[in-house]
Formats: sequence, C-alpha cells, structure tokens
Amino acid sequence: MTVSKFGRRGFVAGGLALAGAAKLAAPALAQGQTRLNFFYPVAVGGPIAKLIDTMCADFERENPSIKVQPIYTGSYQDTIAKTLTALKSNDFPHFAILLSTDMFTLIDEDVIVPFDDSDQAWIKSFYPAFMENSQAEGKTWGIPFQRSTIVQYWNKELFKEAGLNPDVPPKTWADQIEIAQKLTKRDASGNTSQWGMQIPSSGFPYWLFQALTTQNDVRLMNPEGTRTFFDDPKVVEALQYWMDLSMKHKVHPTGIVEWGTTPRDFFERKVAIMWTTTGNLTNVKTNAKFDFGVGMMPFGRRGGSPTGGGNFYVFKKANAAERAAATAFAKFVTQPDRAAQWGIDTGYVAVTPAAFETQRMKDYVAGFPAAAVARDQLPLAWAELSTHDNQRVTKALNDGLQAGLTGAKPAQVAMAEAQREAQRLLRPFQR
Amino acid sequence: MSKARATIYGWLLLGPAFVLLAAFTHWPAIATLYHSFHSTARRNRPSVYVGLDNYQGMIDDPVFWQALINNFWYAVGTIPVSVALALLMALWVNEKLAGRTWLRLAYFTPTVLPMIAVANIWLFFYTPDYGLFDQIRGLFGLRATNWLGEPGTVLGCLIVMTVWKEAGFFMIFYLAALQSMPPNLAEAAAIEGCGRWTFFRRVTFPLLMPTTLFVLVNAVIGAFRMVDHVVALTGGGPNNASMLLLVMIYDVAFRYWDVAYAATLTVVLLAILGSVALIQFVVLEKRIHYR
Repeated sequence: MTVSKFGRRGFVAGGLALAGAAKLAAPALAQGQTRLNFFYPVAVGGPIAKLIDTMCADFERENPSIKVQPIYTGSYQDTIAKTLTALKSNDFPHFAILLSTDMFTLIDEDVIVPFDDSDQAWIKSFYPAFMENSQAEGKTWGIPFQRSTIVQYWNKELFKEAGLNPDVPPKTWADQIEIAQKLTKRDASGNTSQWGMQIPSSGFPYWLFQALTTQNDVRLMNPEGTRTFFDDPKVVEALQYWMDLSMKHKVHPTGIVEWGTTPRDFFERKVAIMWTTTGNLTNVKTNAKFDFGVGMMPFGRRGGSPTGGGNFYVFKKANAAERAAATAFAKFVTQPDRAAQWGIDTGYVAVTPAAFETQRMKDYVAGFPAAAVARDQLPLAWAELSTHDNQRVTKALNDGLQAGLTGAKPAQVAMAEAQREAQRLLRPFQR
Repeated sequence: MSKARATIYGWLLLGPAFVLLAAFTHWPAIATLYHSFHSTARRNRPSVYVGLDNYQGMIDDPVFWQALINNFWYAVGTIPVSVALALLMALWVNEKLAGRTWLRLAYFTPTVLPMIAVANIWLFFYTPDYGLFDQIRGLFGLRATNWLGEPGTVLGCLIVMTVWKEAGFFMIFYLAALQSMPPNLAEAAAIEGCGRWTFFRRVTFPLLMPTTLFVLVNAVIGAFRMVDHVVALTGGGPNNASMLLLVMIYDVAFRYWDVAYAATLTVVLLAILGSVALIQFVVLEKRIHYR
C-alpha cells in the first residue's frame, strides 16, 4: 500500500512537470478547456486512488471541455498543509477534499468561496447532520463527500463464550458496563488476557469522546464556532464515564489506547467490543476471522455519534469558469447512484438519503446489513467539533482528555483547563 | 599572480558556497527573527509589529516549557549513552575476530533504515500485550504495559529507540579514527609493559578526542533535529509527555498556521543550538589533541 502510494506520488509529480512543459510549448491547446487541479487525501485502506481516477475519467467523458487532474496529497493533515502552501504559489489546486472541521480555518485563511446555492434541491439533498459542518454565516462552504461516523463492532464468538446473546450489543451505558465486565478475562495473578471493550484515545481522542458527549446530550461548541462548552457538567460526566471504564470497572485498557492498532486488537481477540469509524468496515470484513456484529452505539441520555470525514471545498484563487467546473464535478460525484457506489467501494457513508434508495445500494445492504447501521444512526448524529482556530482548540481538548485518561488530572480539572485554553484562543473571534 | 587577482580568485572560489549558505541558511534565519516580532496575518487583520508579545506568549505557554524540559531529558538520555555505546562497539569490531564484517554491518543497519520505517518496527515492539517487549515480559509472568500510552514511560521509549538508531552511526566515525591510528603506538606501549586499560585511557581516548567532539556536536544537533519517530509513534502525546521542541514548531507552523509563534519558537531553537555548538568548540577545543 505504502509503496504504491509513493510510486503514485512520483508519477503524479512527473505528470505535473510534463503538463507544465506542455503548457509552455503550446498555450493554444488549453483554449476552450477548463483545467482543474484536484487535491485529495487517502485516510482509509482500499484502492481509493484508483476509484478517484476512474471518477475523474467518467466526469471528463461527460464534460469534454473540463480536464480534472487528481493529485494525491497524503493524509488529511498533509493535504491541508500542501493546499495552504500551494495556494500561495501559481500552481495551485482549484478544489480539494479536506476535513469538514477545517471549514472555519479555511474561512479565516480567506482561501475558500461558498458554493453557488441557487441549486437548493442539491444542497438540501444531503443528510442534515453532514451539513452542520458544511454551512456557516448562512452560506454553504463545503459539500459532503467522504463522510463517516462512529459505530461499535463486537466479536460474536466472545459474546457466546461469555454466555451473552451474540446478536445483542450493549444498548445503554449501564448495559455496557455489565456486558463488558462479563467479557473481561483475568488470570489468577491479575493479568488481563481479554478486555471487554476499548475506545481509542491516541491522535484525535476528541472525536471518540464526542460520541460520549453526544450520548450524554451535550454539545461541545456553538454552531458559529466561537464558543466551547468543555467544562459543562455533562461533558465532565462523559469523561468520568470513560475514565471509570478503565480505572473503576477495569473493563477497558488503561492509559492511551492506540487508534491504529485497535482493529488489530479486535482481530487478535484482545478486545471484545471496539468503537471505531464506519470507514473500517471493509477492513474488519476482510480481516476478522470470526463472526462479528456492527451496531449503533449505546444510549446514555440519548444515542448518537459525531460525524466525521471530508468535504469538497472550492478555492478563491480559481476563476469563475473554474469554480463552476469544480461545482459541476462535486454535483456529478454526489449523484445518488455515484454516491452509493462510492459508499459500497470504500465503506464511507453515502451522503444523501437518495443514495440509499438506489437499487445498487438496496442490493448491497440486503447482502450486508452492517452497511446500513451508519445510516440508521445518522438521524441522531451531531456535527464534529469544529471552531475557529480549530486544530489548536481541538488540541486543548485532546490534552485535557489524555490527562484525564492517564490519571494525571481529575476529569473536572482537566476539562476546566481545556475550556480556559479554548476560551483564550477563541476570544479574538467573539467580537 | 597579483594581489587583486588573488582576491578575485579567492572570492570566486568562495562564491557558490557563500551564495547557497546566504540564501538557504542566513537569510531564512534573519527572516525568522523578523517574523518573531510580528503578528500572524489573519482575515481582515494584516501582520503588524508587536514587539516582544510573541516571546511573552511563549513564556506563558506551559506546552513550550514542557517541550523544552522533555527535550532536555531526551538529550541527556540519548547523547552520553549512544556515544559511549558507539565507542564500545567500535573498539570491539576493530579487534581481529571472525565474522567482523558481518558484525560491523549488523551494528550499522539501524542507521541505514529510514526513521519512519524504524518507528513502525518499534511501534510493534511497544504494542501492549502482543508486542515484542510484552511477549518477552509475559514469559516471566510480568503484566502487559502500555509503553507509549503512559506519560511515565513514553519519553524513555523514545530515548531507547534513538540510542539504538544513533549508536551505529557514531560507531562508524570511531571505527574510522581507530583504523587510522598507527599500530606502532600499541607496539611501543606493549614493550613498555602498559596494560590495556592504561593504553586506552592515556593513548587511544585522547587521540580520539577530535572524533568525540565531532560526534558530540552531531549528537546534540540530532537530539533537537530528529523528530520523525515522535510524529510516527506518539505525535507528542499523551498530553504532551513526548512533545519535543521541533515537533511543537511543526504543529504551530503547519497545523495551527501561526507563523509568528512558530518563528518565535524557531529563534529559541536556533539560540539553543548555536550556543551549545559554541560552547563545544570553545571549551572542548582546548582539551583536544590534533595531529
């Protein structure tokens, strides 16, 4: 996978150099044609690059006057770094897929333009939960594309071994503790050979944590992205619940649980229930050597999950024709049939209800019901944490969460400190 | 050759290197200093002169202090051990023993591997429960440890990995120095009836001092410059327990896009590295015996 990525990168760079040379040699050729550079990240396993290439080729066949040059730019983090740097030069992307949560950052950097919302039917065709992270100041800045959400995966064999009904995952927070206790195995000397459940906490613990806060019926920020509520008692309560899983009930590994190795822990039967993205569905389906279930996460005061993933953004540096062409591309790939196919190929959630009504999606769900879980959870989903100066505010929360989970600080103190730091960062945006 | 010609000739020879250094080292350093006294431009708020504000903000930033302290312990943990280990390995593989080439190669392998690849290998070593270290510990009935997930162990894990990676590299320099040492010194010492330890302490080690200085300078720079593995293994977490100065600079510059603050931190890094190098050259130079 890595090798092919690097190979591809080299190829793309070579292609770019060639394209540049061709432009110099024969400027006349470019006339009457709109050329678009399109930056995209790869965040999950699978042949994403190939799928994107095919998509661009299909689009060009229907729109011969537009040429789309897809450029693979690494992870989401790499992609925004490369995008913001490239926008300062003369060889820049016209549109890109970036995290939906980077919306305020992109607005503040003054690099994106809102989508032409004259086509209201299209804007309204998406799940509202996805649009929460795509609209601000009354405008639509992003179009949902590769979006995901969190679900729970459970090992049915381990459920049977523990004398539990393998078809019923935990339904409530109380339920969850009880079931996880039955699934945790310890030997005589106190070593744990199998954990009941685990929620990853490395890298971006705030996202997994947001599942807990959503279930505890509390928002982490206002829709304007200028205020956070990290020290709300319900937020503290959610963190306390997470900490208690490992420290009090001892059904969850202690310290920071690595995001990357969590699926592997699941395959190795080290853990019976894991929370992770729907984007891992294809991965689990391929690698789990046992019967597994995929379900909505348990209910606290309510159910639900944050959304996640990437949106299309169109950049200010593109001219009117290029903006229109980029919008046409976004429209093309979010058509129900294409959105459905993209969801089936990748494991991402199809972004419109209409996509789930297509025949190809119906057939797929009939054969693999797990694919519909994310859809069923979407009505309960809320926007992922996103504010102005987003990465920094998020870091304040991440640090607080990790301080709590490693036992360095009590939940109350950790969240109060995170809130104070976020408040300091957001003050300039509250005027 | 006239004096004027010689001058022109000299400058022409210096020219290319000077232009490159000025363009890619000196100018960016000055620009960094300039940016550290200005605010970061944002929408509707262009960059303005703010004096020492960025420095004040840095002093008030607990993450900065933590990164600095972590970096100090990281340097203290990696430099002496990797240099001592390098010397020991060099002395050993300099002996005449069977399979010596293979041994040298084995010691040098970690250096050849790219840091990201190494980090991925070690990520497996450190994985709780079924990682290599925990499997070995399991044989003795010890319980699984979340090596990279606990603030108390994470920095130590990075130090161990760095020593493993760096020692082989420094060994090569020591080995080269040992090979260029004339054998008649050892023969003369043997005739005088000098023991191995005395010979090492009074002859070999002093003769290796120029190499030691070079290795030390490199080790110090490395301790502040090599951060690929931090990004791959922990990203600075948990809760900044493995945050190093350069990782923080990257985060501030390319994740938060706060150019001014990143410049301020860079100035501090430059100052630290500059003064350490200066101390090493001035102080240690006096005690070094060049031939």
